[in-house]
Amino acid sequence: MADAVTTTSGPLVRLKGLKRYFDVSPPLLARVIERKPRAIVQAVDGIDIEIARGETFSLVGESGCGKSTVARLVVGLYGPTEGSVEFDGMDMQERRSAAEMSVIRRRMQMIFQDPFASLNPRWRVFDIIAEPIRAFGLANSTDEIRDRVNELLAQVRLTAADGSKYPHEFSGGQRQRISIARALASKPEFLVCDEPTSALDVSVQAQILNLMMDLQREFGLTYLFISHNLAVVYHISTRVGVMYLGRLVEVADTQSLFRRPRHPYTRMLLDTIPDLEMTGRQRAPVAGEVPSPINPPSGCAFHPRCPHANERCKVERPNLSSLDGGSVACHAVEEGRLPMEERTYAAG
Amino acid sequence: MSPSTAAAPLLQVRNLRVEFPTRRGTLVAVDDVSFDVAPGEVLGVVGESGAGKSLTGAAIIGLLEPPGRIAGGQVILEGQRIDDLPYEQMRKIRGARIGAIFQDPLTSLNPLYSVGRQLVETIQTHLPLSAFDARARAVGLLKEVGIPGAETRVDHYPHQFSGGMRQRVVIALALCANPRLIIADEPTTALDVSIQAQIIALLKGLCREHGTAVVLVTHDMGVIAETADRVAVMYAGRLAEIGPVRDVVKNARHPYTRGLMGSIPSIGGHAERLTQIDGAMPRLTAIPSGCAFNPRCPQAGVRCSIERPDLMRAGPSRAACWLYDSAGVGAPAAREAARG
Repeated sequence: MADAVTTTSGPLVRLKGLKRYFDVSPPLLARVIERKPRAIVQAVDGIDIEIARGETFSLVGESGCGKSTVARLVVGLYGPTEGSVEFDGMDMQERRSAAEMSVIRRRMQMIFQDPFASLNPRWRVFDIIAEPIRAFGLANSTDEIRDRVNELLAQVRLTAADGSKYPHEFSGGQRQRISIARALASKPEFLVCDEPTSALDVSVQAQILNLMMDLQREFGLTYLFISHNLAVVYHISTRVGVMYLGRLVEVADTQSLFRRPRHPYTRMLLDTIPDLEMTGRQRAPVAGEVPSPINPPSGCAFHPRCPHANERCKVERPNLSSLDGGSVACHAVEEGRLPMEERTYAAG
Repeated sequence: MSPSTAAAPLLQVRNLRVEFPTRRGTLVAVDDVSFDVAPGEVLGVVGESGAGKSLTGAAIIGLLEPPGRIAGGQVILEGQRIDDLPYEQMRKIRGARIGAIFQDPLTSLNPLYSVGRQLVETIQTHLPLSAFDARARAVGLLKEVGIPGAETRVDHYPHQFSGGMRQRVVIALALCANPRLIIADEPTTALDVSIQAQIIALLKGLCREHGTAVVLVTHDMGVIAETADRVAVMYAGRLAEIGPVRDVVKNARHPYTRGLMGSIPSIGGHAERLTQIDGAMPRLTAIPSGCAFNPRCPQAGVRCSIERPDLMRAGPSRAACWLYDSAGVGAPAAREAARG
């Protein structure tokens, strides 16, 4: 990479006891007059993750489980309520000068879900991609900027002529390519991708996923990939963390997670994926819905929907404990009440 | 109820053409689409955004938004032509004989009325029931779609239900008058996967019980694979392929369908890269001549860019592709021509 960056040998990103609460209370007057209580959403409630260099770590979960909040915490769009985010051994919460912060920020970028909302409609594509180059002072002359933008456009399989167009002239997939080019402009090491393909059609999704994997190989990128689509996660990830109501319930490498899921919630998620192989087969639908994060259930948050829950699960909150390389937060697994389950998939 | 080939089709769509007149000329959003739906059958209609699948559904129930209009073809329900009926007559058919389920359950319910009132209104519009009986039927329907505490929930308003529960209410609304056919347009797209599984199982179970046929419009092949009996694949407003679900998923005939299936990531696969179809679907303003897929097709020949293929027999399915031209002057010849 361009700058002389002190690289430590530890994980690239480390989240320690990360929490983020949002205050969604009614206004003060309403609280006083109508005696409404304060309401706090525990969007992220204590998460520990380590992401190694060059790997793709995915977070999966249903809407409202806090996975996007984690993404925003990692890049610093939100500050944590508690806990810390460390990037390459540096605590992001430490006070630094703007210049020092900018050096760290350059090394991480984000790709957002909606390519229609994340590009300024009044800027030409050239300027959108050149912005990080200018902001971080990565090029000295206009010629240098132009060459760099053209190089980036080529890397995401667009042409130099596309630079003079506006975002509305592109399809969703092409726009997501522009977002990727913009993210790569500052030569980052770490990309946070928040549902980068969920707004796209499957054939376009395949193009973008292939491109992301090619770029990762070419530049040695590390990804934090947020998605609700398990098949996509299986395809792109090295390790996977499953989230439920602001907490991690299971972390494991991709193969183990999909072949030997431990946590009942992970098993449930895997049961519910509609898969092409399941033609005509009846999925076992799971009862219940994700409870509100304002009032999460006591004990294990999953216990109201869990077929293996007992009294302990209702009272005591399970913590992540390591198990054969992965880690699981479940009393039933810990007590050995839950038999191992091997899953086989038709190789597709 | 399994669809039998002997039974007369419940719904016949013949050469349907939907147009949008614009200042820059007429856009053809659905072009020469024909298919049948047998009683009790689930026909999946898939395609990517802009393929015309939702418009096909809207044209069947006569809910095309102006300036969109049916410019040709026929829609025949139980032997009766319905695409040219006057508005008032069509209104009587909608709800009574064709039910509809849309993507977003929040916008298909009126936020100002309790769900019970909406159900009762629909029931009384189509069935000769007293207010008391209609309410009893509403509660019964809510029970049937699996809403716990239906007796009290019937008086709740849509915002008091979660997304999955709202979609159940919409299904209850569609079933009010026991229609023979339901058009379900992306019924599970707005829902989480675990809820999606519940809704699909429910829809499938209810339709089997009532013998209701479903035209299931979605972009999600997974949902189609486990729900539908037959699949119609649409591309750029045309049918690319239609056939039994197993054949289309496992043994796709049309090059587009093959590419589409390959681009879906599957769990358990070891593919390093996904199959990708380069390029994007053409805009309606610039549909290529001949086969609309020819510029992206790896097997395209000369004939493909000149002459538009009709649906041709391809194994148990039918595909609109010159590869399956039984006259033998199809793609093999075209491929040779391309080579030479």
